Amino acid sequence: MDAEILARVQFAFTIAFHYIYPPLSIGIGVILVIMEGMFLKTKNPLYEKMTKFWVKIFALTFGMGVATGIVMEFEFGTNWATYSRYVGDVFGSALAAEGIFAFFLESGFLAILVFGWDKVSPRMHFFATVMVSLGSMLSAVWIVVANSWQQTPAGYHIVGEGIFARAEITDFWAMVFNPSSVDRLSHVLSGAWLAGAFLVISISAFYILRNIHVDFAKASLKIGLSVAIFASLFQLFTGHQSAMGISETQPAKLAAYEAHFDTSAAAPLYLFGWVNEDEQEVNFGIAIPGMLSYLIHGDSDTPVTGLNKFSENDRPPVNIVFQTYHFMVAIGFALIAISLLGLFYWWRGSLFKKRWLLIIFVFSVLGPQVANQLGWFSAEIGRQPWIVYGLLRTSEGLSKAVESGQIIFSLILFTLIYALLFALFLFLLNSKIQHGPDAPKSFDLEEDSLRTKDANKFKFLKNIFKSEAK
Amino acid sequence: MEITFDLNTIWFILIGVLLTGYAILDGFDLGVGALHLLVKGDKNRRIMINSIGPVWDGNEVWLVTGGGALFAAFPHVYATVFSGFYNAFMLLLFGLIFRAVAIEFRSKQPMEWWRKMWDRAFSFASILIALIMGIALGNIITGIPIGPDKEFVGTFWDLISPYTLMVGVTTVALFMMHGSIYAVMKTENELHDQLKGWVNNTIIFFVICYVATTMTTLVYFPHMTTAFKETPVLFILAILNMLVIANIPREIHHGRDWLAFISSSASIAALLALFAIGLFPTIVLSNPNPEFSLTIYNAASSQKTLNIMLIMAIIGIPFVLAYTISIYWIFRGKVKMDSMSY
Repeated sequence: MDAEILARVQFAFTIAFHYIYPPLSIGIGVILVIMEGMFLKTKNPLYEKMTKFWVKIFALTFGMGVATGIVMEFEFGTNWATYSRYVGDVFGSALAAEGIFAFFLESGFLAILVFGWDKVSPRMHFFATVMVSLGSMLSAVWIVVANSWQQTPAGYHIVGEGIFARAEITDFWAMVFNPSSVDRLSHVLSGAWLAGAFLVISISAFYILRNIHVDFAKASLKIGLSVAIFASLFQLFTGHQSAMGISETQPAKLAAYEAHFDTSAAAPLYLFGWVNEDEQEVNFGIAIPGMLSYLIHGDSDTPVTGLNKFSENDRPPVNIVFQTYHFMVAIGFALIAISLLGLFYWWRGSLFKKRWLLIIFVFSVLGPQVANQLGWFSAEIGRQPWIVYGLLRTSEGLSKAVESGQIIFSLILFTLIYALLFALFLFLLNSKIQHGPDAPKSFDLEEDSLRTKDANKFKFLKNIFKSEAK
Repeated sequence: MEITFDLNTIWFILIGVLLTGYAILDGFDLGVGALHLLVKGDKNRRIMINSIGPVWDGNEVWLVTGGGALFAAFPHVYATVFSGFYNAFMLLLFGLIFRAVAIEFRSKQPMEWWRKMWDRAFSFASILIALIMGIALGNIITGIPIGPDKEFVGTFWDLISPYTLMVGVTTVALFMMHGSIYAVMKTENELHDQLKGWVNNTIIFFVICYVATTMTTLVYFPHMTTAFKETPVLFILAILNMLVIANIPREIHHGRDWLAFISSSASIAALLALFAIGLFPTIVLSNPNPEFSLTIYNAASSQKTLNIMLIMAIIGIPFVLAYTISIYWIFRGKVKMDSMSY
């Protein structure tokens, strides 16, 4: 297989796997700030218990995010060296800013958040929680700025010719606030809040259904649901803003989102469909006539640029972009629906008696995860064939010193290791959920007494591996 | 040698500082990992891991930021080295992942097989990381084949030579020494006394490696010494380095563990300074065609970017130092375990 496909598959795989975790950390981080803030305000030990439990979940997702995140920083250089030379002057400074302003903040205060309960005052601990949450969002800021610059480059000029051409910064703030930064950042952040909120909702609903840790779960669920209601509605707004922005800055991408081939007035908006790229038509679809024109221009008679405006080798693949985009939008609306249903029954006072809704809540954790992945797939595949939109093609960004055999080797190793990591992550997440929250101030130094209960569950595993331990 | 303190030179120094910070900080936790399997008993091993518990991932941030700064300040160095060292850096990544995961996951289950498995992963990964970083450093000294288009033109096996392996082993030895001193500082009672006994062994191991590597460098890679011939005053640094190493057993003997730790930190800083002075103003030497070497000028970003980044560094560094110092202050003293420990 050729190196370009392999390098793209490896990058897509490693970034998709990485992207399971940071949104969870960002989302849970916000919820931790709320919980610990409530604790400081009310002194109710229930909130302390909640904070301590969710910190453990947070630490797990954060650790996974760090371990898989270093890979991303390396891969720009290992697999996309030509791209790195081309954009280093611009993209590199955003990445360095992420390190110096966000990562140090996060990792420093994380130590206090996780290990510092007895080392600092409650106020100082709360401050650390706020700083970790802020740091996790700041890292999103810088990485989304860097990525947005690839989508809508600004504040640069091109220096040099041929293989020595590269982009150099002319205006730092124009680079930071490039045309898509703010829309995309708000969209990414609310996606992350949703990821955290629905994890909390899911686990809490599970406890309520099982009738264990009920007070804890009810209070957690209410906080998660509040964040979810806000974030799911905000997500609708940011999504709309993004689409309007894309229609101006990356019209080929918007046209691919909606499989809009011919520039025409009264462009339709598809609810679903299957794109036949050869025939340039959408099969089995249902569309609202004129709706795309209306959403973008506020007038259903204004034309929307179609894919045929672009020469064939400047167009992204259409069907996969169409499908990932539509599926993401559908999940977004579903999340709004279940959040509002939750709100409705909360207001009616019967939220915790609606078992069917709680069961939906248990599975709702998958919604934001899948939507976040699909959103990135549609955004990044929609950018193709460019690695930096309009400036550098993906095929031109590869490392010249790396052969496909080397990428096959690393890709196989990544696949194996990430499969193992994911299994471990689920296993540990599950055992934390099964273990449940600890009562506050009940420190057990050796911890093992707490664990024997869990240990029995793994007796069969223990027997299998007994020989290994000997 | 004439040095003009232009932006390129400042960034060469700043990246050197970031990587030195990384070597000092992650150096001790890699060293603790390298020694981990020699410590017996689950409780003692937990103490070892918890001695680095609150700080190890903050320490790794120095590497991440150093990498980011290299990308931004010298994109050609970042691109050439990372793509040229592809296989080695992939192994490094797997080491970093496994190590992080081992630390996180070891304490999460009580089963013996589980903990032993992660103990091994933690220790082997720590050694592997130090070894690969040392080998990479060795290759920077020997030079690597670079073409006129700044691309690496060698193969993976060009990177492995007796000399580069020797630098790799020296790095492992250095981190073991540094880590053993850190562990002495963070432990008490029997474990403390046992570790104290190891410090001397690790010092001897390191000094042997160090002397061998230095001799080989002087004989085979004299370009590393040009700056010292031209500016003999720089020899002070080499002598200082010997003095701080000699000071370590003395401080340990007097029970002043933290002074011993400062000494070994100083020796890491001195070693990397010697290395950087030997290289300057080249960053990656092209061997056999030195005219294709990547220098602080032909591999750098624009002056505007270097300037923007300098402003960021001036704003950011006081914060970074404040966090780092406060974390080490808050978690000072001997390891005490509680319900949140690893």
